[in-house]
Amino acid sequence: MKARIHITLKTGVLDPQGKAIANSLGNLGFQGVDGVRQGKYLEIDLAETDPEKARADVDAMCEGLLANLVIEDYAVEVSE
Amino acid sequence: MTAAVIVFPGSNCDRDAAVAIERAMSKAPLMVWHRETHLPDVDLIILPGGFSYGDYLRAGALAARSPIMKEVVARAEAGVAVLGICNGFQILTESGLLPGAILRNAGLHFVCRTVALRVENNRSRFTEQYALNEVVHIPVAHHDGNFRAAPETLNRLEGEGLVAFRYCDDDGDPGDSPNGAARNIAGILNDAGNVLGMMPHPERVADARLGGTDGAKMFDGLAKVLA
Repeated sequence: MKARIHITLKTGVLDPQGKAIANSLGNLGFQGVDGVRQGKYLEIDLAETDPEKARADVDAMCEGLLANLVIEDYAVEVSE
Repeated sequence: MTAAVIVFPGSNCDRDAAVAIERAMSKAPLMVWHRETHLPDVDLIILPGGFSYGDYLRAGALAARSPIMKEVVARAEAGVAVLGICNGFQILTESGLLPGAILRNAGLHFVCRTVALRVENNRSRFTEQYALNEVVHIPVAHHDGNFRAAPETLNRLEGEGLVAFRYCDDDGDPGDSPNGAARNIAGILNDAGNVLGMMPHPERVADARLGGTDGAKMFDGLAKVLA
């Protein structure tokens, strides 16, 4: 199975890189960019074939290492 | 007394820390590779500065899960003194030994310069040689030094005297933080006072020939308290 994980900064956590990206978009002439938040995307290939078990494994991975829950949230999608 | 410096792939201040310890304690520390699972009996553990694992994922995240850290966490919980400098501070927050998290500098620049710090707590074993509110000058060199924590955590750190150092100007008044850290916090202690994490590098100013001695007091104090 494959897990697709998005890790994003929690609301309210300052994201100076996102701000710099928003400024650059403005420099390129893109109007109306109200904000940019930069995050991470990971794909994990799993030997597990049971979606529920795979999901539980990936949750444990996110909480144990992939996301820092002090500052980040994560969202997981598991598929064949 | 015996000290250990933990060496991760990408540590680059481990030898500086060893020199500072040896000067203060007249005994070289053990250098312990991160893949070790056993740590000999020691009185002080140093997590040195550097860029362990190339800062992959998050600064300090992978180092915090390396084999030796289980031992370091167990020793810290048993009361052994643990000092995390720069990357070591990041590893301490990632391992849960200290609260909060350390983010990319607010100005996005790598900051490498000497900063003024105010000593906010001189009752810990790390800071007992300093005077309360003393202003010291210690270098920083980091890209990720922006300490953040929930407001209630910050209030608790301040209320319980767990802020060890704060960025200030040369008069000790609040100054420009080099990294945007919440409430100008440069270093914090854990509840028990045996774990200190700080972004500035005391080991770089532990010898007058290397530009200063403001960091030497930390190692001298540890040598005295832990002897």
